[in-house]
Amino acid sequence: MNFRNVGIVYRKELTEWLRDKRTLISTVLVPLLAFPIIMVGMISLMTVMIGKAEKERAKVMVLGGEDSPQILEKLRQVNDIQIVPTADDYKKQISEKEIRAAVDIPKGFDNALNRGEEQTVKIYYYEGEIKSGFGRDHIDKFFKDYRDSVISGRLSARNLPPSIIKPFDIEQENVAPPEKVSGAAIGGLLGYMVILLSMTGAIYPAIDLTAGEKERGTMETILSSPLSRVDLVLGKFFLVLSASLTTAFLSIVSMGTSFYVVGRPGVISDKGAAALQLHIGLSTVLSVFLMALPLAVLFAAALLTIALFAKTYKEAQSYLTPMTFIVVIPAVASLLPGVELNSKLALIPILSTSLVCKEIVAGTFHWNYILLILLASTIYAAAALFIAVKMFQRESVLFRS
Amino acid sequence: MIEARGLSKRFQDKKRGEIRAVDNVSFTCQPGKIYGLLGANGAGKTTTLRMLATILEPTDGTAIVCGYDVVDSPEKVRANIGFLSTGTALYPRLSSQELVEYFGRLNGLDEATLKRRVDEIFNRLEMNEFRDRRCDKLSTGMKQKTSIARTLVHDPPVMIFDEPTTGLDVMTARTIINFISECRERGKAIIFSTHIMSEVERLCDSIGIIHDGKLLAEGTVSELRAKYAEHNIEEIIVKVVGPLHSKSEA
Repeated sequence: MNFRNVGIVYRKELTEWLRDKRTLISTVLVPLLAFPIIMVGMISLMTVMIGKAEKERAKVMVLGGEDSPQILEKLRQVNDIQIVPTADDYKKQISEKEIRAAVDIPKGFDNALNRGEEQTVKIYYYEGEIKSGFGRDHIDKFFKDYRDSVISGRLSARNLPPSIIKPFDIEQENVAPPEKVSGAAIGGLLGYMVILLSMTGAIYPAIDLTAGEKERGTMETILSSPLSRVDLVLGKFFLVLSASLTTAFLSIVSMGTSFYVVGRPGVISDKGAAALQLHIGLSTVLSVFLMALPLAVLFAAALLTIALFAKTYKEAQSYLTPMTFIVVIPAVASLLPGVELNSKLALIPILSTSLVCKEIVAGTFHWNYILLILLASTIYAAAALFIAVKMFQRESVLFRS
Repeated sequence: MIEARGLSKRFQDKKRGEIRAVDNVSFTCQPGKIYGLLGANGAGKTTTLRMLATILEPTDGTAIVCGYDVVDSPEKVRANIGFLSTGTALYPRLSSQELVEYFGRLNGLDEATLKRRVDEIFNRLEMNEFRDRRCDKLSTGMKQKTSIARTLVHDPPVMIFDEPTTGLDVMTARTIINFISECRERGKAIIFSTHIMSEVERLCDSIGIIHDGKLLAEGTVSELRAKYAEHNIEEIIVKVVGPLHSKSEA
């Protein structure tokens, strides 16, 4: 191997790559803009939808209660709901979103309450429908508040303290550090995105530098130079790797900035902001990149090898597009609840990296697994690079017709 | 010097089985001489030239180029040749000068030598007007001049030109032919393949006629004229390959 020649090839490939408009789009613009657009779009949509649902006076049908004017009067005073005339097809109306919920008041409710008899109020709603959920919550809150006021009245009538029905309080306190919380929420996503984007960032240059060269007729030109095939492959490989890491890096920067901006107070509700808060330090991001590096090497070498088989750019695209699914499936599997890192999963490329990235973001460093994953990924990457070099030495691949 | 020794190349084709693209071809080209390799399309010329340029490895036989064996020392062979064929295109996003410099660096030239060589070649081939223009913006003639400059930047003792004037206008073709002639005067050994017989008459010291991968006739132009009792080289080729060509067409 001649480092000078590898450097010459790399610089030339870099020059051509930077002059390609498609590169600017796929490597720089898409990763930089994708996250802000997705985030702004999602947040705007969520804010609009939830705000609209919250502001709406839910149409609620009251079933029965004709003999209980007291509760009916109180229900009519609830601002968040609008009582609509009773009809038999209330379930259909809820399903068809004509009304949001219905409440069934048992016969003789007011009298039974005065006598202290136990009775049940039933609320009908549509699970999964956000506005129906709000309607249900308004009714539920009204009846719970009403029940509490009845209890308070009964206790004070008997000169009993409120503690008689509430002997103690329950408080919850989170001891997980902020990075653990955000790790659980978006930790998997960070590793997943780095892996997926380092793959997608490598696809275009891998095709351009192999099948693209064949199609343009420049492969024979470079093969007629004294450059060794090893130096040629390495120069191309380092460019594909650079593209892959650049895409992943820009995506992370864009993702981090988007989360930071959206997570600031006032942009969205505090509850929503808390879920999006990023408590990920630079060292964590670097650790994720370190773990993803052998995988990026594996992608760069594997994509170069596969794309080299193709005679044309289009043919290479048809080979590499399905590769995205091969990467997505294990990466998504790592996001599933219950899938945890163990020594067997540590040997499965992509899945292991995605899992370990999730743990690193959550602040957990299982050094034995980290070393095992780094070792396994490095071996896979070296094997892929070796195969790439071998493929560049095969006439049947280079001059396939 | 170039010495082909029983060069053979076989390919496996799924439909047609084994194909003998080049079959036991031997010839020699001395420094300061131009050897013309002639034949119809698909005769085996380009495959032979690709083997000499070490882009393809011979199935049998070998060739010695500047003392180096194409099988044993392909990188040393490539360092001593300039190879131009219809399949050697230019990088579209590099300028003409950047492309020539790239190949100069790959051939080990230091920056001072590279600059001098690039200036010399660009002046000689009248390329200064478009030296900073991207290759995808060049005309056919400009592209071919850039290709020639690319093959010459390291001043190799051996040049291999496969149809270097195909598709060029008269003026550009003339510049290139004159330049090849100058290369011979500077003592380079040149293998030259073309379908333009006037170029053969003007340039070639000796020629080889190849058909179906076999070298059927070889000699100087005057020797072949005498042997086949024909003045016109085209007629000589027809006489040499005609019967076989009809058979293979049938």
